[in-house]
Amino acid sequence: MTMMRFFKESAAVSVAELHKIVRDPTEMFSRAIQPVLWLVIFGQVFSRVRDIPTGDVTYLAFMTPGILAQSVLFSAIFYGIAVIWERDLGIVQKLLVSPAHRSALVLGKALSAGLRGLVQAVIVYAIAWLLDIHLRWEIIPILEVLLAVILGSCIFSTFSLIIACIVKTRERFMGIGQVLTMPLFFASNAIYPLEMMPDWLKVVARLNPLSYLVDALRDAMILGGHSAHGLLLDFGIMAAVFLLMLVVAARLYPGLAR
Amino acid sequence: MTAAIETRALTRRFGSFTAVNQIDLAVPQQSIYGLLGPNGAGKSTAIKMLTTLLQPSSGTAQVAGFDIVRAPVEVRRRIGYVPQMLSADGALTAIENLTLSARLYGMSAAERKTRIAEALEFSGLAEVSHKLVKTYSGGMIRRLELAQAMLHHPAVLFLDEPTIGLDPVARRAVWERLQALRRDFGMTILLTTHDMEEADVLCDTLAILHQGVIGVTGSPLELKASVGPEATLDDVFVAFSGGTIQESGSYREVRQARTTMQRLG
Ligand SMILES: Nc1ncnc2c1ncn2[C@@H]1O[C@H](COP(=O)(O)OP(=O)(O)OP(=O)(O)O)[C@@H](O)[C@H]1O
Ligand SMILES: [Mg+2]
Repeated sequence: MTMMRFFKESAAVSVAELHKIVRDPTEMFSRAIQPVLWLVIFGQVFSRVRDIPTGDVTYLAFMTPGILAQSVLFSAIFYGIAVIWERDLGIVQKLLVSPAHRSALVLGKALSAGLRGLVQAVIVYAIAWLLDIHLRWEIIPILEVLLAVILGSCIFSTFSLIIACIVKTRERFMGIGQVLTMPLFFASNAIYPLEMMPDWLKVVARLNPLSYLVDALRDAMILGGHSAHGLLLDFGIMAAVFLLMLVVAARLYPGLAR
Repeated sequence: MTAAIETRALTRRFGSFTAVNQIDLAVPQQSIYGLLGPNGAGKSTAIKMLTTLLQPSSGTAQVAGFDIVRAPVEVRRRIGYVPQMLSADGALTAIENLTLSARLYGMSAAERKTRIAEALEFSGLAEVSHKLVKTYSGGMIRRLELAQAMLHHPAVLFLDEPTIGLDPVARRAVWERLQALRRDFGMTILLTTHDMEEADVLCDTLAILHQGVIGVTGSPLELKASVGPEATLDDVFVAFSGGTIQESGSYREVRQARTTMQRLG
């Protein structure tokens, strides 16, 4: 019963966000530009580097899941900006005086980021198809991709929310957002395999949740692609990280009303 | 009959600065209670504590029969709040804003339908309920925010400067609705205002807050009589808020008030 109530509260927030997403498709399509640039320019050039050990797949196929993970990261990591905006307006305050559970509010926001992530997935699938990259067009792997994308979006949007709760102003957030995204991206297995990295970077990459998203996507998305850790571990780690973020964010979120 | 809001030595400090200093309020049920005071007096801080958004540093308060610190969720179920800033979501329609609130208060689909219809009727926004709120006038947005705050028929309604930035017609429209809420639903209303006419016409009781301390409370008539035979509320305000209108508002406060006005105007 209370569980039911909890999910209804989250759904209420997600549905409201969904209205906004549907209403502003231009934002979605402007987000398509980055993956196109990465795959068409960076991907084509790096395909000529013979020494990158990508297993049984071409370099382009190898990096495609990394680019999807990247667009999930980039679209989720600036989520905190919207929350700071809502705080400056008084929308956060209005949500917080309702009897809704704080973590339900945070989960609702995270799930709406998941919906945005799904649009990214559709975009990257379309680009990959145009570039003739061999994808796994089977129902179970596609569902795995969607789940991984939702989880990844939830992780990074909630991480972003946590930062917003700490810094509280748009200016400081922009600074930190810029500083964080590039290291998260480059210290991961998104565009080169872990084996190529120096040891210290391997450690960082193993601690980076983005690596597990990429690893799961590589298995589920690409024909001949393999997960290094196994899907169970990938999903397990992502779920655990998200849960932790959710707990922290739900504690910090009420502080935004101050 | 117990008071709708009762505070004892309610205090909030920010670092070494005391924004609200040991205030004792007793707001009778079904009254419209005005909290006055210059910029930075602590009005919004007091309201934030009473609406459970901010923890008191010391002291206690009961709202609608529940302790704000020990039973915040029970308090939240029974109150409505319209912040000083703009709280309706401009990227949504009125219906979508109201639906979000209704769901967060746990209303069933059937209940949502009747309550939202009632709220739209109440706010006079039925015709434009499918338009994006960012296309509304300031007065319409305020009416929508009121509608959102009354949707679940709260026992106590908190309004932080409900008519700031509104033209005289829109302002009167808000007053009429507040009186209707008290009449039809028996709500208790606590509001802050800088508008002495509003305080005079609308409120049964006033409290004047100055540097976090309540200087005086009483009905508008009593307060005016206490200052002099010909006194206006302006005179009362000046007399009880440190002699002159103080320039005590911080940059942040002024910026907040201004942005609210811009967005509303
Ligand atoms: N989060 C905060 N951190 C530090 N100081 C704060 C905070 N919130 C409020 N203050 C300070 O507390 C004092 C009271 O602020 P408050 O917003 O309650 O005033 P107010 O009476 O509502 O003023 P106004 O009429 O301008 O809205 C101000 O000096 C303000 O700068
Ligand atoms: Mg204020």
